[in-house]
Amino acid sequence: MLAYLGRRLLLAVLTVWAVSVLSFVVIQLPPGDYISSYIAQMSASGSFVSAQEAEALRQQYGLDKPVWVQYLRWMNLVVRGNFGMALEWGRPVSEVIGDRLWLTMAVSIAAIILTWVLALPIGIYSAVRQYSVGDYAATLVGFIGLAVPSFMLALVLMYAGFKLFNANVGGLFSDEMAQAAWGWAKTWDLIKHLPLPAVILGLAGTAQLIRIMRANLLDELRKPYVVTARARGLSEWRVILKYPVRVALNPFASTVGYLLPYVVSGSIIVSLVLGLPTVGPLLLRALVAQDMFLAGTIVLLLGVMTVVGTFISDLLLMWIDPRIRLESGK
Amino acid sequence: MDRSPHPAGERQIAELEEERVSVATQWQLMWWRFRRHRLAMLGTAVVLAFYAAVLFADFLAYADPGASEAQRGLLPPQRIHWLLDGRWAPHVYGLAGKRDPTTFKRVYTPDPSQKVPVRFFAPGFEYRLLGVLPTTRHLIGVEGARPEDTLFLLGTDEQGRDLWSRLMYGTRTSLTIGLVGVAFSLVLGVMLGGVSGLYGGLADTIIQRVIEIVRSIPTIPLWMGLAAALPNDWTVMQVYFAITIIISLVGWTELARVVRGRFLALREEDFVTAAVLAGSSQMRIIVHHLVPSFLSHIIAATTLAIPAMIISETSLSFLGLGLRPPAISWGVLLQQAQNIQALAISPWLLVSAVPVIIVILALNFMGDGLRDAADPYGQ
Repeated sequence: MLAYLGRRLLLAVLTVWAVSVLSFVVIQLPPGDYISSYIAQMSASGSFVSAQEAEALRQQYGLDKPVWVQYLRWMNLVVRGNFGMALEWGRPVSEVIGDRLWLTMAVSIAAIILTWVLALPIGIYSAVRQYSVGDYAATLVGFIGLAVPSFMLALVLMYAGFKLFNANVGGLFSDEMAQAAWGWAKTWDLIKHLPLPAVILGLAGTAQLIRIMRANLLDELRKPYVVTARARGLSEWRVILKYPVRVALNPFASTVGYLLPYVVSGSIIVSLVLGLPTVGPLLLRALVAQDMFLAGTIVLLLGVMTVVGTFISDLLLMWIDPRIRLESGK
Repeated sequence: MDRSPHPAGERQIAELEEERVSVATQWQLMWWRFRRHRLAMLGTAVVLAFYAAVLFADFLAYADPGASEAQRGLLPPQRIHWLLDGRWAPHVYGLAGKRDPTTFKRVYTPDPSQKVPVRFFAPGFEYRLLGVLPTTRHLIGVEGARPEDTLFLLGTDEQGRDLWSRLMYGTRTSLTIGLVGVAFSLVLGVMLGGVSGLYGGLADTIIQRVIEIVRSIPTIPLWMGLAAALPNDWTVMQVYFAITIIISLVGWTELARVVRGRFLALREEDFVTAAVLAGSSQMRIIVHHLVPSFLSHIIAATTLAIPAMIISETSLSFLGLGLRPPAISWGVLLQQAQNIQALAISPWLLVSAVPVIIVILALNFMGDGLRDAADPYGQ
């Protein structure tokens, strides 16, 4: 069990490292460096930066050093929570990102919880009543979820909301709550706004989970222990829920590993369509304005949060599946 | 003595059938199994139709996709009326332009008294059919067009460009990007998956961990970062290839997994051992024995990888970070549908979503069928 835990932890650390390198690449890729963008900004606002001053600034920020030294310096700052300045905003990156990172995670986690809540009963139903009308309906919804990219679904729902109810269905807060301080009222407002983005983001994952759940449960239902349980007079619901469903439940935890990156990815683009105050619109704006510290930090933080989420799902998997605990205990 | 309930003739047919199956080649068996999968057959037909549209995009289009006229922005689709007074005479209603007295904007309304005749194989702008034959014929067009006669089957976009024609060219770009991207992924996937499955050991461990890491990183933010770094002065072609490579940097993992799995499974097979004992070189074993037996699996996995490529390109271009105008792709077309106000007034801007959804579904069905047929000896 400890070996398993150790392996997952090591992989998580490696992934975080890979994400940090990739984020640094994103920061480094555009031509020019932080100082030249800074100078461009200064001259746009009328001030003048001389060549000597620029050189001094470069030395101060270590931009004359080799790339790997710059990376280490950046990491050193990041670990201490200093992500640099967001050029376009003239404020520290951490301040600009603010709540947005947590709201991104809230939307993503809501999508995953919704995925579970929908996929579990529908998957069980589809397996137990195989080839029924409901099963076919679930398959149909599944195919739609598979084929419609989440941002298109968002577009269509926005359009429908606008046409049918003449209402803007986007956003995460009502107008009067958007600027309010955090409190119960605002949290409740957030929860009320979460279902729509959660459905949009979760549909593809739900479709997949239903298919996996259905296939796994069908395999389990044919096993002899189910027949035994039934022969001993257990009620049908108990027969199904007590053992086969528990065994078939595995993918719910094990798929978080790829579901979470997928949902976080999707949330970026869906947020743009629905106008959600997550890091999505901020990232796009930062990239268009070549505000690379802001963009790189967002990529980094999203990656790290995803890794942490995946690690938690590993722990969850260990908790629900004793086989993993036993296997690696050897 | 034969005591079976079947008459002798029927038994003979069954025997012949059995013989036919036992002498059929692997690919024949796969085809027979694939044919039984109705949705997969339907999907294949749709996919083939789409790729035919890729080849004949300039024939199917009837207007220059780049030709804009601000005056004719956001015109609704014109419906083709096939009959006139009970006779076959396809036409569309002409558009009468008027100034709105309050906003002073020019508004166009269909005018049933004006009939613009439409015909098939009408002459239009010049192009080379399949890149060789110079011609001016298009599938459909306005006959003897006066400047004010227009044909907008799917309406126009904000710059007054014909959406139908743009959609045809967009289909060409988006579907070829899917193919090129999958080709890049395939090279990476087969190489890394092959090394992983064939040699095992440390190489396998490293490649497997790399795959896990790549899969656990949210891709869209990363792609956005990489795509935004492409220089602004790059040509359409350069951006096209750069975007394709960026997309395939993630797409290879699934293919590598399939290749590795097949290598691992086949390594232990008797026919491989026999080949080793017969003194075949490793290269010969791979090329002559291993590849033919898992080629079908690779084809299935490749088909299933294309939809993800198409969605990725569409998403990036939709954000304005993928292909850039004047390139036309489904994502570029959908960019105009980003604005909900514009969409509410001109819902036809959303039309590019339809081919995306259809082709993704069709490719998924086709891939499912191929995957089922890939192993014709199983049950």
